[in-house]
Amino acid sequence: MIRGEQLSKQFGDVMALSPTDIHIREGAITAIMGGSGSGKTTLLRLLAGLEKPTSGHIWYGDEDLCAISDRRLYQLREQMGMLFQYSALLNSLNVYDNVAFPLHEHTDLDESVIRTMVMMKLEQVGLRGFEHLMPSELSGGMAKRVAFARAIAMDPRIVFFDEPTSGLDPISAGVITTLIADTSRKNRMTSIVVTHDVGAGLSIADHVILLWQGRIIAEGPPQSIRDSDDERVQQFLEGRPDGPIPFSRSTTSYIDDLTHKPGTVRMKS
Amino acid sequence: MMVFGRLGRMTLRGIEQFGDATMLALQALALMFRRPWQGKHFVLQLYALGVGSLAIIIITGAFTGMVLALQGYYTLAKFGSESLLGAGVGMSIIRELGPVLGAFMVIGRAGSSITAEIGIMRVTEQTDALEMMAVNPKQRIILPRIVAVTLALPLLVSLFDVVGIGAGYLVGVDLLGVNPGAYMAELIAKIGMHDMYGGWVKTVVFGFLIGVICTYMGYRAEPTTEGVAKATTQAVVIASVSVLIIDYVLTSFFL
Repeated sequence: MIRGEQLSKQFGDVMALSPTDIHIREGAITAIMGGSGSGKTTLLRLLAGLEKPTSGHIWYGDEDLCAISDRRLYQLREQMGMLFQYSALLNSLNVYDNVAFPLHEHTDLDESVIRTMVMMKLEQVGLRGFEHLMPSELSGGMAKRVAFARAIAMDPRIVFFDEPTSGLDPISAGVITTLIADTSRKNRMTSIVVTHDVGAGLSIADHVILLWQGRIIAEGPPQSIRDSDDERVQQFLEGRPDGPIPFSRSTTSYIDDLTHKPGTVRMKS
Repeated sequence: MMVFGRLGRMTLRGIEQFGDATMLALQALALMFRRPWQGKHFVLQLYALGVGSLAIIIITGAFTGMVLALQGYYTLAKFGSESLLGAGVGMSIIRELGPVLGAFMVIGRAGSSITAEIGIMRVTEQTDALEMMAVNPKQRIILPRIVAVTLALPLLVSLFDVVGIGAGYLVGVDLLGVNPGAYMAELIAKIGMHDMYGGWVKTVVFGFLIGVICTYMGYRAEPTTEGVAKATTQAVVIASVSVLIIDYVLTSFFL
């Protein structure tokens, strides 16, 4: 359904994503996992059309996302939803208006119908009765749930989830994970979930893509990832500090930095 | 040599920003006649920016008129021409001080808030959220604000002019004893439609300029807290300096 062909993204001198081929299957949950700075969010934003790739193509069916007009892109986006890492609720609107926003924008439905739909979505995320609150009055978990309700308000075909459980307590994280799985299966949605929550990713995904340093190092069903004999995959899944994936990103000698050798530490004169 | 290098880089950066801001404004304006219409959002912005700036415009206009009357009276008295006070106050305000000071007040009150608001929307990914909900941020955020400031400034400056001339009348006539008939007669006799048009053209140009600069700086702000703060300061400085430069160009054109 969505295919990335030799997709790459460079920010200045930093290669965030090396040329990568990717295939997202229709109606399945795809988890994109990897450590911080591995290029997960960049890949997600490329697939959602929020970033232009440095090279390569993104195919939605037979349409190249990089070559279509803005108008066509917005038409495609009416079938998409996205849950952002920090919720990205519209600050000036209350919970009801945030969830109703896409419905107001893209449908001619009567307000009473919209109200019913919003109530159904809010019931789904357990926040019915909180529709009058402003985003600033919500906890992180509540904001994520409202953002989730907004992302699925139009019953989209594709939903992108950027770190849906980061910064949440275990109960809220569990609720969001269950919601993603249940809603995706019930609505036959194509869900693309970026996460470094190994447990959540492996438990709900049909297909897992594991990234490291902007490259795919493993991909397949969760069980094949668990069974992988790649040391990097096992280190990531087990969260071990020692292994082929270094914890420290420093490139200079620690001893040299501590002993203030010229060229290693810049001192104020 | 380093100084020249730095100067060259700054110039290139300035040209690049000018081009980028122009493109952003043109892209936004091109969406003016495309559905969905942004009438409701334009009215909301006009209310927020225009009505929100009323108090500061009235206060600034009043004190500008009062101080002009005071200064003008003592200068004119030296030549025995106090009766020209109305014309002096009116002409200064309508042709120059109204548009420029009004623009400065709108930059400080509304322009800075436009930049900060849009910058925060960028930081918190609200503009990306709009994109993903198939709502074009240039049409929804940039366009209504540029149009609202462009239309609000002439209205606010007209109010500034009326309040300023009225306050000048109070100080000149009631406090300093200028003949009320002479004040009004000179005001009406010396100020023509040419002066009024000049003032209006300036306010429309300033309003557009403020709208473009402040929305651009917010939209292209570095998505960090510090980036938004820096963009807000830069927007106020660049808009204020631009108003003064364009004011000189327009004044030389209308004289």
